[in-house]
Amino acid sequence: MYKIVQKEQFSEKVVKLVVHAPRIARSRKPGHFIILRIDEHGERIPLTIAEADTLAGTITLVVQKVGVSSTRLCNMSPGDTILDLVGPLGKATHIDKVGTVLACGGGVGIAPLLPIVEGFKKAGNRVITVLAARNKDLIILEEEIRQWSDEVIIMTDDGSYGEKGLVTTGAEKVIKRENVDECIAIGPAVMMKFTALLTQKYQLPTQASLNAIMVDGTGMCGACRANVGGQTKFTCIDGPEFDAHKIDFDELIARLGGYKEQEKEAWEKVVE
Amino acid sequence: MEEYLKIEREKEWRADLRKAIKNKERIALQRVKMPSLDPMERIKYQDREVNLGLDMESAKAEAARCMDCVNPTCIEGCPVSINIPKFIKNIERGEVLEAAKALKETSALPAVCGRVCPQEKQCEANCFYTLKLKKEPVAIGFLERFAADFEQNSDTISVPETAPENNIKVAAVGSGPASLSFAGDMVKLGYDVTVFEALHEVGGVLKYGIPEFRLPNKVVDIELESLQKMGVKFERNFIVGRTASFNDLKEEGFQAFFVASGAGLPRFMNLPGENYNGILSSNEYLTRVNLMHAAEDNYDTPVLKGKNIAVIGGGNTAMDSVRTAKRLGAERAMIVYRRSREEMPARVEEVHHAEEEGIEFLNLNNPVEYFADENGRVNRMRVQKMELGEPDASGRRRPVVIEGSEYDIPVDVVVVAIGVSPNPLVPSELPELKVSRWGTIDVDPETMQSSMPELFAGGDIVRGGATVILAMGDGRKAAAGMHQYLLTASKTDKEKTEAEAK
Repeated sequence: MYKIVQKEQFSEKVVKLVVHAPRIARSRKPGHFIILRIDEHGERIPLTIAEADTLAGTITLVVQKVGVSSTRLCNMSPGDTILDLVGPLGKATHIDKVGTVLACGGGVGIAPLLPIVEGFKKAGNRVITVLAARNKDLIILEEEIRQWSDEVIIMTDDGSYGEKGLVTTGAEKVIKRENVDECIAIGPAVMMKFTALLTQKYQLPTQASLNAIMVDGTGMCGACRANVGGQTKFTCIDGPEFDAHKIDFDELIARLGGYKEQEKEAWEKVVE
Repeated sequence: MEEYLKIEREKEWRADLRKAIKNKERIALQRVKMPSLDPMERIKYQDREVNLGLDMESAKAEAARCMDCVNPTCIEGCPVSINIPKFIKNIERGEVLEAAKALKETSALPAVCGRVCPQEKQCEANCFYTLKLKKEPVAIGFLERFAADFEQNSDTISVPETAPENNIKVAAVGSGPASLSFAGDMVKLGYDVTVFEALHEVGGVLKYGIPEFRLPNKVVDIELESLQKMGVKFERNFIVGRTASFNDLKEEGFQAFFVASGAGLPRFMNLPGENYNGILSSNEYLTRVNLMHAAEDNYDTPVLKGKNIAVIGGGNTAMDSVRTAKRLGAERAMIVYRRSREEMPARVEEVHHAEEEGIEFLNLNNPVEYFADENGRVNRMRVQKMELGEPDASGRRRPVVIEGSEYDIPVDVVVVAIGVSPNPLVPSELPELKVSRWGTIDVDPETMQSSMPELFAGGDIVRGGATVILAMGDGRKAAAGMHQYLLTASKTDKEKTEAEAK
């Protein structure tokens, strides 16, 4: 059993949960994720570790209400327990001193981006971060990101905060302005696809963190498989980060919709 | 070992039983038939066990067929060396609880093995009836299951005796059959055993893989309780190498490790269209249904249902998947297998059950490409016909493509069950560990010790995909090997301390 020790409501749909998991807090690295199951009847869902506190023995998860499980998780309170939680899973982000890093985060993708931004900054890089979301409410962890970035550009679809426009607008401005050595993009699959198309144009090496459907998260089932450079890779053990220019994003997007009908059905049952 | 068998056989009651019925009469008895649920009825339920088990009368009659041979060759066919005549003769005289005890002397999971072992390739293949009489063997598997179930349903479940605690901590990585067998033996020797499991439930393939209709979870859970009563500790949601490193655990006092993390990594064929929605590995399909209860209404995990479901492969996993598909409502549930019926690695009984349930067998057929609708969901597969050529390295006749024989089959779910590769999680955490080019851990086949002296390994991580009982045999060998290693290590330590003291 894993106790929720703290909760913060970022917006109507996005919450931050701090969960007691001392072993994972100690062994996790930027890029790692966990899989959790709320209760006996729950499904296993993957979530990236946004922050960890080794002294308090806690990890931080950021959850957006999108379906049955995430909504139930968002409705939990401090003191409640999560039945199962396993990790850290996946390969850690490869962090080196490369020079200037352009970090692009979209929506809740900003949460997994945070430890990576921190990692690159601590490794001695100049870090420019572009945060993008539909509106002001969905820009999360801005303060924490600023702590580890040399510059932060904020983009909103509706112009309610920062500049109006998509993540690619902000990213292209930086690329045109100065020399960038590496780019990392985390967010919805469509956002990563267009970021990859943009950076390909400028031949800028880019990593994307894939958010495939997962069951076990340990390489046992292949539910999370993705086509990377013509080869089938398992996101949970070979990734989640891959060379963004080699990822078949259209296939990824199609696979993310693989259980749409069942998800809708489950949602309708909950609403009833 | 031979001495022990001889002493047991010479016990008075065994001698009396042998005298009671003439061998000629024993041989004339007919092998028992296993009663089962009606096929058309059982396909309506995911969770009803197909085989119903023997009753006391038929079990005793079947036990009477066993000749209590001087040289019981059947035991040689059993990877965990169960004293088969001893347990069977106990059934014959009606001492079924004694029979169950005899099973537990060497097997941690008799109720499981009685159900899932391919006996026709193991103990029963080595039965006197098979070898010398060319008759149907004694139904050792049915009798094993009978004795184990009888005990499980009684209120006197025996817990094997354990040696006094020696306070030496050892770890098993993974909680499948290899680990459980290892843990049972080590705890009997007095070790402090912890089994670490990555998933939220203990049991490995017994829980996520083999379906309820073949192996009820309740049966597995009772065996797990026995291990717990003996002192085995279980840690769920714990990936050794990740949640904590091997070094962390060493610092916490673990002196040796048995790695039995399995061959969980599913293989795909890399065919065009194989990543379309609706095409999944048998591991994913079975995990969703068995571990996550996706077929039940009040569980959150979804599973894809379809009218036309094709399962690629001919092993037990393929049979489990295709029979699961039938139970989830498929109109056409098909096995697509590139060789013929004779080469199928699945248990004969499961193939037979699948046939009874209306599974279609497209033998000598192999998929070459998948096609999808506008939403990316598979709707058609192209297969080509095969014929059998010369025997290959495995001794099985090699399937050869018949040119120009392609044709299409409508499908909406495809389950790929062509085998698994060793899980790379543990080897990737231990760069100094010697592994083969297939990713299996290299071990001494006698002691199961790896290139790292304190690390032993067994089961599918050593063999690639094999059977439950072979994994259990490895667990027993590793326990013996590790015990020897720790004895020697502690002796050397003592000598060192004494030398230093001088």
